[in-house]
Amino acid sequence: MNTEDTADLEQAFQIRIDKEEKIEPKDWMPGEYRRNLIRQISQHAHSEVIGMQPEGNWLTRAPTLRRKAVLLAKVQDEGGHGLYLYSSAETLGVSRAEMIEALQSGKAKYASIFNYPTLSWADIGAIGWLVDGAAIVNQISLQRTSYGPYARAMVRICKEESFHQRQGYEIMLSLSRGNQAQREMAQDALNRWWWPSLMMFGPHDADSAHSAKSMRWKIKRETNDDLRQKFVDQSVPQIDVLKLEYPDPELKWNENRGHYDFGELDWDEFYAVIKGDGHCNRERIQHHVKAHEEGEWVRDALKAYDAKKKARHAA
Amino acid sequence: MSTEKLELFEVFIRSKRGLDHRHVGSLHAEDHQQALEYARDCYTRRSEGVSLWVVKSADIVASQEDDAESFYDPMDDKPYRHATYYQLPKEVDNM
Amino acid sequence: MKLIMSDLRDKDLLLQFTLRLGDDALILGHRLSEWCRNGPFLEEDIALSNIALDYIGRARMHYSYASDLSEGEKSEDDFAFLRECRDYQNFLINELPRGDFAQTMARQLILDVFYTLQLEQMSQSKDATLAAIAGKAIKETKYHLRRSTDWVLRLGDGTEESHNRLQAGFDAIWGYVPEMFEQDEVEEKLVKLGVAVNTKDLKPEWEKQIGAILKEATIDVPQQEWTVRGGRAGFHTEHLGHLLSELQYMQRSYPGLEW
Repeated sequence: MNTEDTADLEQAFQIRIDKEEKIEPKDWMPGEYRRNLIRQISQHAHSEVIGMQPEGNWLTRAPTLRRKAVLLAKVQDEGGHGLYLYSSAETLGVSRAEMIEALQSGKAKYASIFNYPTLSWADIGAIGWLVDGAAIVNQISLQRTSYGPYARAMVRICKEESFHQRQGYEIMLSLSRGNQAQREMAQDALNRWWWPSLMMFGPHDADSAHSAKSMRWKIKRETNDDLRQKFVDQSVPQIDVLKLEYPDPELKWNENRGHYDFGELDWDEFYAVIKGDGHCNRERIQHHVKAHEEGEWVRDALKAYDAKKKARHAA
Repeated sequence: MSTEKLELFEVFIRSKRGLDHRHVGSLHAEDHQQALEYARDCYTRRSEGVSLWVVKSADIVASQEDDAESFYDPMDDKPYRHATYYQLPKEVDNM
Repeated sequence: MKLIMSDLRDKDLLLQFTLRLGDDALILGHRLSEWCRNGPFLEEDIALSNIALDYIGRARMHYSYASDLSEGEKSEDDFAFLRECRDYQNFLINELPRGDFAQTMARQLILDVFYTLQLEQMSQSKDATLAAIAGKAIKETKYHLRRSTDWVLRLGDGTEESHNRLQAGFDAIWGYVPEMFEQDEVEEKLVKLGVAVNTKDLKPEWEKQIGAILKEATIDVPQQEWTVRGGRAGFHTEHLGHLLSELQYMQRSYPGLEW
């Protein structure tokens, strides 16, 4: 294909995007759009799957049978969401095996918040409430993303995620209405998870490497800073209901802006954790590699059994 | 590290009796039987369906975007296939 | 049930039996939940969690009934979290560490065949609540059995490694099977009252079904060279204490709170 043809195709592609038409798997798309999507969707999928670990850490220690069942269903859902997302990325011509290899070799990223440790039961509440809460704000926006399979996966995920946030907040409510030890546990969890949750929306728009192009192609629909503000605005009244102290002394309603003001994020910490200074960076990947390697003989057995079955069939 | 070579299957769910099966996503499995079971476990955790189909992704033949002009455009100039094409007196307009 | 269980002693028996069924489900559900995020691939991880959830649900139904039988003196969570190791009366096989995937599937098959037989009869129990729980559980178990049967066939007749691992899995736990088919005084009395199932009678059919599946899977039915029993008497393996130290951690650290 010569450059002129490509230019035409790119123009037709952009017109389609501008008209809010979805892009579907067999459509022509610029190579960079495809690569951008694969990067974002696979990162999203890896985040769901790696995200099973910090909460999975409390599956055997949940305080009641009801909480145990809810948490297991929730962590299982994260796996399911990873599956939906891998499935939508696979429509772009990348295999799940390739994506997993990229994760395990460190080429692909996952949400850095999962490098933080879960130290108390309250962390399970804070993750559901804040981390899932932040994820939902982002995902609601992504229901309108331009790539059809990704948008449809988001619709499905958003529908399922609403219980995740509610169960987390419910844990926080129980703790906040409990005794002093429980309230301290809740406050400590809020203090530790608040800032990393705000960082989930990524760097400021001006510093975001992929933002501009992703917005033009409508892979992303709202900017990092807008989504972050939305999350702060929805969360502060929820902190008030819990009667917990603000994790940020600068959190304050701003009448003029019609939004809450909040303090500057510690971007040094953000990049340090991404680069490997988090408590669990190594553990998360090692855990994933270990489970994957321990599963290898199982997957091999499936292939071998299938081959034997086909051979018997043919005979 | 071995790469996962389980086959890819597309999953379709009938959400309730009387409705069509709808595509919901895909999964990896060894054969149709296992794909059906995983479809149950992965795609109907909230009673989303009363019937499941699984189809090997490789078995699906899809029309290409290049074909669109010859496949679909010719249908655009046949408005007489649509009910709204016909003007009827008000009295019988909900025919 | 009230008619039969008017005798106070009989009611204690019923409570004890209900707790045994609850313990079986809780301890196995707990072990299965350990697979979550550790499965051999994503689809199987999700499928195993579904089974764990079925068992935790089954535990809750039994403990909740036990709570009723104790006339609200104890809650479902009191039974699940606040008893001593010796008070749990689950089958020993349920508390064994999950082992590798082959051993987990070997245990599932052994139990799934057992439960399809036992629940079928339990659903006819003269105790309406236990019968209703069994009626719900049998539907789940039929699906579990379908899965564990498929897996045993695939692993047994897969690669040399999967075959060896599966054979080793069955060999490692076979000595815990006999107690599933034995009854103590408590259960003998409840069998007479038409409440419990005489699992002794289930053994021939169980052996027949397991034998057929293992044969097709090219796995040898292990010899009964050793037998360990004691679950129903609270005489456990050392594994249960460690399981309980995790399971009970919150309730023990922070007694009497709402979560």
